[in-house]
Parts: sequence; structure tokens; C-alpha cells
Amino acid sequence: MSATSNGHGAANPEAGAPDLLRLATAGSVDDGKSTLIGRLLFDSKLVFEDQLEHVTETSKRRGDGYVNLALLTDGLRAEREQGITIDVAYRYFATPKRRFIIADTPGHEQYTRNMVTGASTADLSVVLIDARNGVTSQSRRHASISSLLGIHHLVVCVNKMDLVDWDESVFKSVKADFQNVAEKLEVPDITFIPISALNGDNVVDLSEAAPWYPGPALLDHLERVDVSRDRNLVDGRFPVQYVIRPMSDSHHDYRGYAGQVASGVFRPGEEVVVLPSGKRTHIAAIDTFDGEAKAAFPPMSVTLLLEDDVAVSRGDMIAHADAAPEATRALRATVCWMDDAPLRAGAKLAVKLATKSVRAVVEDVCCRLDVETLDHDDDADELGLNDMGTVELRLSSPLVADPYVTNRGTGSFILIDESTNHTVGAGMVA
Amino acid sequence: MNYKLDELRQLEAEGIHIMREVAAELERPVLLFSGGKDSIVLLRLAEKAFRPGRFPFPLMHIDTGHNFPEVIDYRDRRVAELGEELIVASVQESIDQGRVKEETGPRASRNQLQTTTLLDGIEKHGFDAAFGGARRDEERARAKERIFSFRDDFGQWDPKEQRPELWNIYNGRVRKGEHVRVFPISNWTELDVWSYIQAEELEVPSIYFAHEREVFRRDGMLLAASDFVALQEGEKTFTASVRYRTVGDMAVTGGVESTAASIDEVVGEIAATRITERGETRADDRASEAAMEDRKRVGYF
Repeated sequence: MSATSNGHGAANPEAGAPDLLRLATAGSVDDGKSTLIGRLLFDSKLVFEDQLEHVTETSKRRGDGYVNLALLTDGLRAEREQGITIDVAYRYFATPKRRFIIADTPGHEQYTRNMVTGASTADLSVVLIDARNGVTSQSRRHASISSLLGIHHLVVCVNKMDLVDWDESVFKSVKADFQNVAEKLEVPDITFIPISALNGDNVVDLSEAAPWYPGPALLDHLERVDVSRDRNLVDGRFPVQYVIRPMSDSHHDYRGYAGQVASGVFRPGEEVVVLPSGKRTHIAAIDTFDGEAKAAFPPMSVTLLLEDDVAVSRGDMIAHADAAPEATRALRATVCWMDDAPLRAGAKLAVKLATKSVRAVVEDVCCRLDVETLDHDDDADELGLNDMGTVELRLSSPLVADPYVTNRGTGSFILIDESTNHTVGAGMVA
Repeated sequence: MNYKLDELRQLEAEGIHIMREVAAELERPVLLFSGGKDSIVLLRLAEKAFRPGRFPFPLMHIDTGHNFPEVIDYRDRRVAELGEELIVASVQESIDQGRVKEETGPRASRNQLQTTTLLDGIEKHGFDAAFGGARRDEERARAKERIFSFRDDFGQWDPKEQRPELWNIYNGRVRKGEHVRVFPISNWTELDVWSYIQAEELEVPSIYFAHEREVFRRDGMLLAASDFVALQEGEKTFTASVRYRTVGDMAVTGGVESTAASIDEVVGEIAATRITERGETRADDRASEAAMEDRKRVGYF
């Protein structure tokens, strides 16, 4: 089914067009994460000749002794000098089956905020574990953050298997240890793959070095994993971004509510409610540049035309009338704090949730989360840089929100310090 | 119904969302339009985001004066077709006013000079947001840049002080004098851009298709013979069938030997290419390992 009624320019996935998988990679500095990504790009033939030439030259100059594929992804001058990845970098590669966006996030402890950032847009998370070291606090943290950010698919790559002679018992013991950790997580799909990123074993092709491992290779798994069911197609949520009112002769009475569907499926004729006002009306049409659409679903950007002349503006939410969320002046949320100065009760911040911004005061910092164990420290009264914890906010005006676990689009927000305009935190509605 | 969007339509939906966020949250945005393929895609996304209304921003072309005439023809035709406003900020004027000094020597270009013209244009019109067609797959420094990229009141980018960017929630808050550069096609690759142009049947300037041109070889690239560049000793012009992968200052933008005369053939060639767009066609990026990062820091596109 195409997304629009007009054939020209319409989406047509049934014709076999590739879809998109967004993944986040995490790993400690020495786990070989950059090497793995370099390997994926290289072995899927997506490294260009001039890039390879550049990497080869730089490796030689640094005295690496091999073509250091990690250099493909280390973008900024400081990183190349220090030899570590210091920020979220986005990488792109494609196979005939799928296109991939990798949010490559640093593994070093002080960069939790970047890991949260990378995970926020990902469907799947790749955790790297050095076979020689086994499950570390670092890998536990990565798994927890993936789980907290609502990622349903985890791939645990047990890397550097060549350095433990491809010993199956090493792989099995890492797997058992990780499964123990994972019992506390809410990740329904965990896959374990033994690899050597440096040599490319089990990355794109299955390795002969591990006859005991039946597969799949990492890329094969990434091509097949089904993430379409992770979306919420039940609860209709449409945050209004922008009102289109041409007031031109040809479109004198046109009044369209533009936005991106956050969840659910909208169809013409359906009854909807505008929040927070609570006014009810019906969808007259779903308009797009390519013509009217028969349905709108995430992540489509469309324009809704309503049957009645109700007041709607940016920041409002149009929802299915039969299952609408409540507007609230109080939010309880898991917050990742990203500013140098700690977050304490009494702090005044701006909250931006979907398309609505309101002021908020922190009523209480309820607890701090040990991101490694997911244990709560209920005595905590502040969140420092890179801390995560539960916070209660009182809002200056009502917000329409859903719990993050049921709705990523209407359950996530950012916190902005209005004196500096910096983004200082990220929150997930409890 | 399976309620799935293919990859291109997902990227399109993201781009439209980004544009509408800017239109809603910033006071005076502008869209940087060069006539190149990436900004051609931006214009289509703007149509999809705001029609049947008008664009809530003007377009601005930073005109180096070293143009391919085909691109200027195309620019004017496209702007007229859209019925939107175009501002031309001219590097020549910046030179005439003494704001910048023309580079000299055989490898002189107006690429660096554009930064001053761009920042002056942004300041003169009081723009607080500028849409650009930059993509993260282009270059390593770009791979780390946010979709909403904050610039201070000197137009500078500080890669270490970037605002965290999560989900699809953007922070475009600026004070007077500051602005954000916004890149709605950050997540697109060169192949995505061409595939989209193909799917949308968009017109592009003719220089993107193979044509016969008087060229000469320099630094392994085929540069067009023009008034803007002087031949050095040993360089000879010859006629070749070339097409361009990027549109830039004519003096430093290389063509690639090609016979791809249609959009389908261009998409086929791009899918099979083994060299990056910038590596193949931009002399300015070959200058040093961190050439792009350095230019971006001071306010380049």
C-alpha cells in the first residue's frame, strides 16, 4: 500500500524498496567499536578508495602497523590526536536489503549523555564485549541505557575472539554472564555473536575459525531483524507542529494542521480530540503535497484537515477520541542529566515535549539510578553530570504526555536551561 | 496495509518535520539555495512541508561570481516557478567593499571568501536560522554535527560545545545575533539524494549530466577551462565528456569523466562509484586532514 493516493512520489515498500534500520553502537574505548564499524563499512564495500587511501596513510604515519579502520570514523581533530571517540558520530551504509544509520557513541564513562543521545533514535543497540575481559561495568551500563531508552533489540558482539583462540567456552561464559545481567532489563530480543572485528570474522561473512557457531553473521542479522513491530500503531497521537493557512485566493478557507504522526494510524472520517482543550471533531482529510492520503501512520509528516472550526495551534495534540491521553501539570520521569552544575529540587527549567514547550520547576529528585545495576539510591537529592534518576516536575501549564514505555514520541522530552539556552537534560515519562 | 515507509520516505518525513520545527520556533529563517542537488532537495521538502501555503522564509544564494552559467539559469527558473523570494549575497560585492581580499595564485578560489559573505548576509537580514543542504556522509567533521547546529554571534561552530540532540526534539533557542544552521538532510547519503531526485522527477542543472566540455587536468581532477582560472605550465586543455557531482566555485570544482546522460544513468554511476563526492571533486577539501573542520569552525556552510 502506498502512503499517498497519488502514484508519483509515493512510498512503495512492497516493490522491495529498502527500509531503514537505525542502530547505536557502544563499547569501551578498547573494545574495538570503531574498528567494527570500519569493518562493516569496509566489508560491505562502502569505504571509498580515497577514504581508504587516507586511512592507510594515516595508519602508517602513526605507526599502527596495520590499516587502522578505526580512523575511518574518528572525525574531529581532537579525537585523532587522543585516539578516542569523543562525540556521537553518524555513519551510513547500505546493502541491497536495507540502509543503516549508525549512531556511534563513545564508551568512556563520562560520556553517558552521548550514549543516551545515540540510543534515543535507535531501533537496535550493538554492545561490544572484549572476550578476554568478559562483561564489564561498561557493558552493563550500555545494556541498561539501551533498555532505559526503550530499545527492543540488543546484539552482543563478543569481540577479539581470535585472542582467545576462538574458544567456545569463553563465548558461552560471556553469554551466560550477560544473560544474568539482562534479567533485570526490558529488552525482549538479545542476540549473541562471537566476532573478530579486526579480522572481520562473523562480521559480514561467517568465519571458518568458529565451526561451533552456526550463525548468523552480524550483518546478516542486522539485515533481517524486524523492528516494524516496535512502533505503537494503536494509540493515535499527532502533535501539531505548524498551522498552514495560505489565505490565498485559491485556498481561502484552507486551515491545515501540519505535523508528524507520533503513534497510531489516522484515517479520514475518524473522530479525534484536540488536547488540552478536549474539543472533539472528525478528520476531514489527510493532506500531503502528493495528494490526499488514505491513512497516516508513524513516521509520516502530513497535514490534517478537520471538519469543524475548532481552535488548534502549535503545541496541541490531536488524538484518537476513544483513547486520548490526559493533560497533566505534574510529570514523574527518568532524567539523564547533562550539565556540569547538578540538578536539585527547586531548579527552574523549560521542558520541550513533542511540539510543546512549558516552564517547569523540579519538585523533587526522588532517586538516583545506578546505571550499572539499575539499583535505586533513594537518599540522593541531586543528579550530577551523566547521572540518571527519577525526578518530579511541576509544570507552568498542562502537557499532554504518555508513558515512555508505550509511546516514545509523546513520552520523551528535553530540559533546557533558559539562562544559557543549553539542552541540559533528557527525560522519559514514567 | 503494512503501514511501512521505505527508507527514502522515512528520510523525507524527517526532513519535513525538521523544516516545520524551524518555521514554528524561529523568527526569521532563510534557506540557502545554491542551485546544487542538495539544496534542490531542500526546496522540494519545503514544498512538501508548507504547500499550499508559501514558504515562511526567503531563499538566499551565496554567489561566488565563479558560477557555471547553467546553474544560474536553473536557479532563476526554479525560483520563478516556486514564486518565492530570492536574496543574492555576492562575494564580488564583499570584495568590492573590502570585506574580503581576493585570493591570488593559480589555485585561488572564492570558497573561503563565501564565509564572510554568508555571515554578512545573515547579519544584514537578521536571520536566526539558515537551512543548509549539508549531509553527514560528506565528510568526517560533518558526521559529528547536529541537525540544529548552534552558531555564536561570530558565526562560529564549536564542535565540543554542541547541544545534545535527542529523539526528534530540537533545541533552536538563540539570543539576538546568534543563529542555528539547520540541516534537514543530515541523514541522507549522496545516493539517497539522487534516488530522491529520480523518484520526485526533479529538474537539476544540466551540468549534472554528461556533456562535452573544455577541461584540463590538475591534482588528478578535471577542472573546467574558464575565465576564473589560469593554466599553469604543463597544463593543457582538451575536450572530454564529463558530469559534475557537486556544484561549487568553478575554479575548484572538478568534473568526472562520464557518459551518464540521464538521471537513471547517474543513479547507476553513483551507486557503483568507489570515490567520495568531496574526494573526487573538491580541491578545497584536499587541503589538509582537517580542512572542513577548520572552515566550519569559523562559520562556513
